[in-house]
Amino acid sequence: MPEPMGFYTDTTVCIGCKACEVACKEWNQLPAANGGRRELSGDSYDNTRRLDGIHWRHVKFIEQFGEDRSGGRWLMMSDVCKHCVRAACLEVCPTGAIIRTEFDTVVIQADVCNGCRMCIAACPFGVIDINQASGTAQKCTLCYDRLQAGMVPACAQACPTQSIQFGPIRELKQRAQRRVKQLHVLGEPRARLYGADESMLGGLNSFYLIADEPEVYGLPRDPKLPTRNLFTSATLSTVGAALVALLGVVSFRKRRMDQRV
Amino acid sequence: MSDTFFTASPHWTWWIILYFFVGGIAGGAVMLATLLRLLGKPEDQPIARLGYYLGLGGAVLSGLLLTIDLGRPLRFWHMLLQSHTGLPMFKAWAPMSVGVWGLMLFGGFTLLAAAGAAAEEGWLPWPRLRVLGEGALGRGIDLLASLFGLFLAGYTGVLLAVSNRPIWADSNWLGILFLFSAASTAAAALLLLATRTGHGAAAGTAWLAQFDRGALVLELLALIAFVISLGQVARVLIGAWGALLLLGVVGLGILTPLVLPEPHGRAARLVLIGGFLLRAVVLLASAPIHTEGSGVTLQ
Repeated sequence: MPEPMGFYTDTTVCIGCKACEVACKEWNQLPAANGGRRELSGDSYDNTRRLDGIHWRHVKFIEQFGEDRSGGRWLMMSDVCKHCVRAACLEVCPTGAIIRTEFDTVVIQADVCNGCRMCIAACPFGVIDINQASGTAQKCTLCYDRLQAGMVPACAQACPTQSIQFGPIRELKQRAQRRVKQLHVLGEPRARLYGADESMLGGLNSFYLIADEPEVYGLPRDPKLPTRNLFTSATLSTVGAALVALLGVVSFRKRRMDQRV
Repeated sequence: MSDTFFTASPHWTWWIILYFFVGGIAGGAVMLATLLRLLGKPEDQPIARLGYYLGLGGAVLSGLLLTIDLGRPLRFWHMLLQSHTGLPMFKAWAPMSVGVWGLMLFGGFTLLAAAGAAAEEGWLPWPRLRVLGEGALGRGIDLLASLFGLFLAGYTGVLLAVSNRPIWADSNWLGILFLFSAASTAAAALLLLATRTGHGAAAGTAWLAQFDRGALVLELLALIAFVISLGQVARVLIGAWGALLLLGVVGLGILTPLVLPEPHGRAARLVLIGGFLLRAVVLLASAPIHTEGSGVTLQ
């Protein structure tokens, strides 16, 4: 077994070039949106807008400005599947299409998925969506095919600033922690890691270095597994079922009493 | 902001809304039919038989609705058998997996119960099938069908809760709410069916109407608990969806039927409309919510 592999994305060095998006699309042969017709978002320099079935990498542009636009800053973050160690999508998939690979990554098998979309509702990060071309749910595979051939994922190879780094998770985490310390010394106290420790879904095998609160990047502060609600919901429903049966019995009693009067 | 606001919509719309509605009626109808079989009088039995037919029709329609909603409908069997090995596919902790098996078993036992009922009426060329509705075998089939019927009526709400979507995963009350709504809509549907087909002995329809009033009260209580359990998230209901929930589901679908005088037909129709709207509101109100982060933020 190879050791767990993943991405460490240092958003502080991302320049928003979107080379990762293009490399991902090329390697995975993902179609253009809108049949190739250009469609501008109209309110941002980012025109991809979100991850979905044909965008497995998305460079977010977080454009923070003051009211009078005199000051401001740009945050950029190449978003991707987090390859959670405890993965919500894998947990709820009813076909077994979603698997954990030998690299500790999470992959949707396109020939097994039947497009029920349970995983889309389960993913805490909104990563997965249907690819209309295949009718199945799709997302980043962490270039499973390239990994099996000993290659680096297409996005990481294309990234010109090493914002996207690929490697063994253990090494990446050490590198990321050193970088956080460096940024704190350099005067960026808001720098922090997101998903690098096991408290978040057992650890994200694609984790981030971010320079603001998670919500600013469109990341949930405390992502959870869907099954957290299973026991309480199922128990309440069982109580409800007993009440409905009881109601039936009581209604018969009531009818007998009414008829006697 | 709830962590659920960062997730993406699974695009479950009209087919699924209709399935939640039809599946609830089917499951509830079979449970009501069994209650009439076990505790009712001989003159209630025509309605009991109708309940099994309604359940069977609903089970078949449910399977069809779920299949056409898939991105790849011909792969529907991947939820029953592992496509690589042919071994059974089952995850006890995944509501959709359990639900598919629950629907299959519900359909199977309801088919047996409906066949027994049809043989009893002399509709089938095999009179020996009467045994499916008689004695211990018949009661066993009825009870199993109702047990899976109750499951079918409630698991859909549990399935929504076992996700990370806004509204659905922000409460634990959807399962019990859908279950009560299934009971009320099933009683209404069965009452209408019995009246329309002339099978409604007055005592039987009166019992259904009586049961329905109780179910509507339970549904209203569960709905209140559901909205309270949403906490801050309930704010997303302010607007058109909240108005539809208040006026359509509560006003038209629960309170009006509770105060309408006999005959029960009008009340039953309103209960059905309310039950459908409830599922529509729960699914559609959640759908547009998605916080991406990317874009301009003024500070």
